[in-house]
Amino acid sequence: MQPVISITNFSKSFGKNIAVKNLSLDVEKGELFGLIGPDGAGKTTTIRTLVTLISPDSGELSVSGLNVSKSVREIRSITGYMPQRFSLYPDLSVSQNLNFFANLFEVPKKEMAERRKRLFKFSKLEPFSERLAGQLSGGMKQKLALSCTLIHNPVVLILDEPTTGVDPVSRSEFWEILQELKKEGVTILVSTPYMDEALLCDRIAIMHEGSLLALGRPEKITGLMHNHIYKITGHNLVLQSNRIAQIPGIISVQSFGDSLHLTFPPGFSSEDIRLKLYDLLGQQLNIERIAPSLEDVFIGLIEGKIGHGN
Amino acid sequence: MKLRRIISIIIKEYTHIFRDWRSLLIIILMPVLMIILYGYAITLDMKNLTFAVIDDAKTPESRELIRGFTENRFFVLKYTDIKRNEIESLFKKRAVQMALVIPEDFSESLISNRITKVQLIVDAADSNIGTFINNYSNRVAQLFNEKLNRRSPGILGLEPRILYNPDMKSANFFVPGLVALILLLICSLLTSITITREKETGTLEQILVSPVHPIEIVVGKVVPYITLGFFNGIIIIVFARLLFKVPINGSLSLIAILSLIYIFVALSFGLMISAVAKTQQIAMLATLMATVLPTIMLSGFIFPIASMPLPLQYISKVVPATYFLIIIRGIMLKGIGLAELWQHAAALSGIGLFMLSIATIRFKTTLE
Repeated sequence: MQPVISITNFSKSFGKNIAVKNLSLDVEKGELFGLIGPDGAGKTTTIRTLVTLISPDSGELSVSGLNVSKSVREIRSITGYMPQRFSLYPDLSVSQNLNFFANLFEVPKKEMAERRKRLFKFSKLEPFSERLAGQLSGGMKQKLALSCTLIHNPVVLILDEPTTGVDPVSRSEFWEILQELKKEGVTILVSTPYMDEALLCDRIAIMHEGSLLALGRPEKITGLMHNHIYKITGHNLVLQSNRIAQIPGIISVQSFGDSLHLTFPPGFSSEDIRLKLYDLLGQQLNIERIAPSLEDVFIGLIEGKIGHGN
Repeated sequence: MKLRRIISIIIKEYTHIFRDWRSLLIIILMPVLMIILYGYAITLDMKNLTFAVIDDAKTPESRELIRGFTENRFFVLKYTDIKRNEIESLFKKRAVQMALVIPEDFSESLISNRITKVQLIVDAADSNIGTFINNYSNRVAQLFNEKLNRRSPGILGLEPRILYNPDMKSANFFVPGLVALILLLICSLLTSITITREKETGTLEQILVSPVHPIEIVVGKVVPYITLGFFNGIIIIVFARLLFKVPINGSLSLIAILSLIYIFVALSFGLMISAVAKTQQIAMLATLMATVLPTIMLSGFIFPIASMPLPLQYISKVVPATYFLIIIRGIMLKGIGLAELWQHAAALSGIGLFMLSIATIRFKTTLE
């Protein structure tokens, strides 16, 4: 079956800045696809090109089989796009915003009531329908923006960092809504800098400085890591991380809150490491081997310490 | 072009306008303030010009001549009995604009000689004032001749009949011009920030990914502001009438209809800038520069177009106020109608449609 979103050898520069280079990926129908990476990875450029707001320098991009350079208006009418910044009218009420976008997309008048009801059901915004959009909380704003994006029943939903700057509870609510939409058959492309959200996607693409580092199911990507990760916890460990990094054979030290993640190649045992740490710091530490998280993989990928792969 | 989309944009713009009542208040009060400021500041009426007299004759005839200057509101006699060498320093200090020197034998000469000479010294640093004093003094001399100097043969007497502005009040000339200036400025400012504001807040990005066409956005944004601009026009004309007693000799409804065309031109101009400019600040600055200066300098607002160098005369033909000034002065002062004005109205409509097309063409539906 033809992929809903298809990107082949896409490159885009702004002046001397290379935003995306040679990106290729496909999103299948009904998939929840995550574009993961830090700021400046090229996520927004890729997304804006897909929704026809900017044009590619080279490469082929298509949405639902329509070329982004040729079928601008067709793509715009079947796609729902939610920009990174809150882009609704703060001085219009929830209802007024919804109606405005319904009219722009020419949603049939007869279907309006039914669609509003459906959107209100998941957004739970009905009690606030007369409130001005500017006076909603961050989480509610995002839900309203999503509702306006969905008012014309798009077949593809493209979201640019929808949960950045939103509180954790609203974030998980938002992802529940995305899962609901996926069940209804909507193809979703979502970008996020949060690794925990990446785990909720069917497949992810990890981007860094305009390039694709890894592509696949989240579990598969964590499996890329053949090095071993050891988590150590103890008092004031973070301050010691520079000294720990001197241990012969160690690949990297990353701090995660109070604990440190040490990466070693296969062949070291927990006991070896415990002894080495005791020699170095003179204290007994709690040490356990853990499965690599996406964050470990991501850092490994960026530092080039694990092989690129698919 | 879909009517439904245009109507929804119109409704949205009206909602913006009325929700933001502070801006609305400024939009309504600004023209009032401007017409008061400009209306009282810009005047070419000569009043209270000061002058000095050296009357060496001191006869009833010489006093009669001096009275010819002082018996109206134009001249104020400030210095008498000064020495001749003091005159120059008075001029340098700008204490007087004119000095009159009456010779000792003034009265005798009137009786015995064919020509009697009286010296008149005029400060023409401001050429308008110089010309005015010169003309007025000639008139005083002429009246003096008719009254006292019976022996002088008065052969030719011009009997002027002054049309359209018989009191020669400069307000009657300027205030209609102010209507043109203020209406253009306010209306183009209104629309110049309307698209750039959406660029800045990011809302444009969300609209652009809908199937909306630029012409729908442009038309949807012009319509609400036409009503606002028209309301402003009414306020300006009412104040012009109340404060400056400017006559309205022609048809009020014709003024209304042709003002609507002019407002449309101004709004289209603002939209044209808005479509190109990236920020509200740039848009506002560009609008101010592009409306105020050409309107004041090149439209015939103060300086007659006919006396400009030829290249400037051509430029004045694309300044919308050039046409509207002819229209509004024509209707208000001369009371003329569409029969005389249709060409100017057509030119205005042409300029407006041209600008609206440019706004639509230059309006990008991408972010690049």
